[in-house]
Amino acid sequence: MFDAATLEVLTLSLWVATTAVVVSLPLALAVAWFLARSQWRGKMVVDALVHLPLVMPPVVTGYLLLVGLGRNSLVGGWFADTFGLVFAFKWTGAALAGAIMGFPLLVRPIRLSLEAIDNRVEAAAATLGASPIWVALTVTLPLALPGVIAGLVLAFARALGEFGATITFASNIPGETRTLPIAIYTFIQVPGGESRAAQLIIVSIAVSLTALVASELIARRVKRLQAAP
Amino acid sequence: MTLSVDITHRQGDFTLECAFESDARVTGLFGPSGAGKSSLLRIIAGLVRPDLGRVELAGRCVFDSRAGVHVPAHRRRIGYVFQRARLFAHLNVRHNLGYGAWFAREKPGRARFRQVVDMLDIGPLLNRRVTGLSGGEQQRVAIGRALLSNPAMLLLDEPLASLDVARRQEVLPYIERLSAESELPIVFVSHQLDELLRLANRRVVAVRDGRVTFSGPTAEFLAQPSLLGAEQAGDAGVLLRAEIIAHWPGDGLTELVCGRQSLFVPHVAHPAGSAITLHVRARDVMLARQRPQDISALNVLEARIEQLVADGDYAVNVHMRVGEQPLEARITRRSAEALVLAPGQTIHAVVKSLALAEQAWERLGGL
Repeated sequence: MFDAATLEVLTLSLWVATTAVVVSLPLALAVAWFLARSQWRGKMVVDALVHLPLVMPPVVTGYLLLVGLGRNSLVGGWFADTFGLVFAFKWTGAALAGAIMGFPLLVRPIRLSLEAIDNRVEAAAATLGASPIWVALTVTLPLALPGVIAGLVLAFARALGEFGATITFASNIPGETRTLPIAIYTFIQVPGGESRAAQLIIVSIAVSLTALVASELIARRVKRLQAAP
Repeated sequence: MTLSVDITHRQGDFTLECAFESDARVTGLFGPSGAGKSSLLRIIAGLVRPDLGRVELAGRCVFDSRAGVHVPAHRRRIGYVFQRARLFAHLNVRHNLGYGAWFAREKPGRARFRQVVDMLDIGPLLNRRVTGLSGGEQQRVAIGRALLSNPAMLLLDEPLASLDVARRQEVLPYIERLSAESELPIVFVSHQLDELLRLANRRVVAVRDGRVTFSGPTAEFLAQPSLLGAEQAGDAGVLLRAEIIAHWPGDGLTELVCGRQSLFVPHVAHPAGSAITLHVRARDVMLARQRPQDISALNVLEARIEQLVADGDYAVNVHMRVGEQPLEARITRRSAEALVLAPGQTIHAVVKSLALAEQAWERLGGL
């Protein structure tokens, strides 16, 4: 159905987007928890920072990443020397760009579902002998699951469709950083590339739709199981 | 001492300043809504840390502001049943029940699980999701969940308050059974006297406006209308202990014996031989010099007058003894003068069976 080049674009895109959400999930949980539970006034600043990529032009995000994490930059150089992890013009960079652009979409639903949890149920768990960490793992997180799933789907879709920041930070290297939207853009630029572009466009619509429907179904099922007693 | 509390805690404008001790197996915490009963319970459970003071549970200090001791809630081994069930919506009934066992040092075995499930009649619900349960079923599961966490003490915070009358009648017998059969120390909170008397007929701590107004035997508490508050002053009276000797199914009555005198009350669902406690309101007791004839009231008790206490402009409280037990009648001064009542006299106290109908029973068990 697809030729090798298309298949390569597809697998690369799915891999980059999956890496982006999986790696950012723990941090997103921590940030969402902090935003939902902390009484600290300065949390507004954290909230603004998290949402910044949502409102800033993606190219600007990509440029800032390039300046901050480029191979010759301080942080980028440290990552390269310490972990052998290079971001600029690598698939890891594409994943990082996708993660940052998807982060606000991942944090927001988790935060909302954490805020909706009745903390009296958590108090009940404490009286049953659960330490705060066990309460979080066995009560809070399971109850926040619909939000986590919604956030994962939204962030995954965002990472999959990320263009501006990716092309600025990681460029357009076939097999390395040429993800779905970048490939579509490239094919449209080339005379006679429309049919291949159309193929990818249909695939991306299908992937997005599937993700949305799946998340809706999972969320509905979880909600039905967890309707407030 | 089973429970010893001496704390000061401010919550906004409200100051809770309570000190009491209790070594009773069931301690009733009584007071109107907003008196601070629930706050007190949260402090005992460790969910709220008071500003000052000391809390001791079963001889173990769990909070001491001076020594800087504050054992967190999850280490206090408290079984807490809240006004609303607060079940875990993501777990089914069985897993809700088993939640506490996860963390308990001594895990309740299979036999204990079975025993609790049977006692609360929740066997058929085990595989259900908690979402589909009725309010009464949820509260029973919550009680089971608390019991199976293997607690050292059980706190019941008005577990019937969120239920309608029918559901309340459904759950109450289970709590009665719990307080009669289980050996666990229980603190039962209520703002309703009838509930309190059914479940905590030995020891009461009364709280009003964040302060303890009474702490002592229930019978003593019940004899003081001023403590009961305006709404429930009419319930002042005595607790009369009696033994079931026979059931009269044809009449729907149960016959009791109290100091060799017999008493009839509407059917009590306990076997002959069990001891129960009757709450006899002073205002429901009539007095007669001669044993009345052709009277509809079934209960006529011979009593000896001990003391007459004027109460207000028109009423007199007559304190009597039936055998060894106290009885009290609240009559008009006019009647007391007409009968020429005086201490030392023998008198006949008349109580309608139906006046005892809505009263509180408690099986005394081995107490």
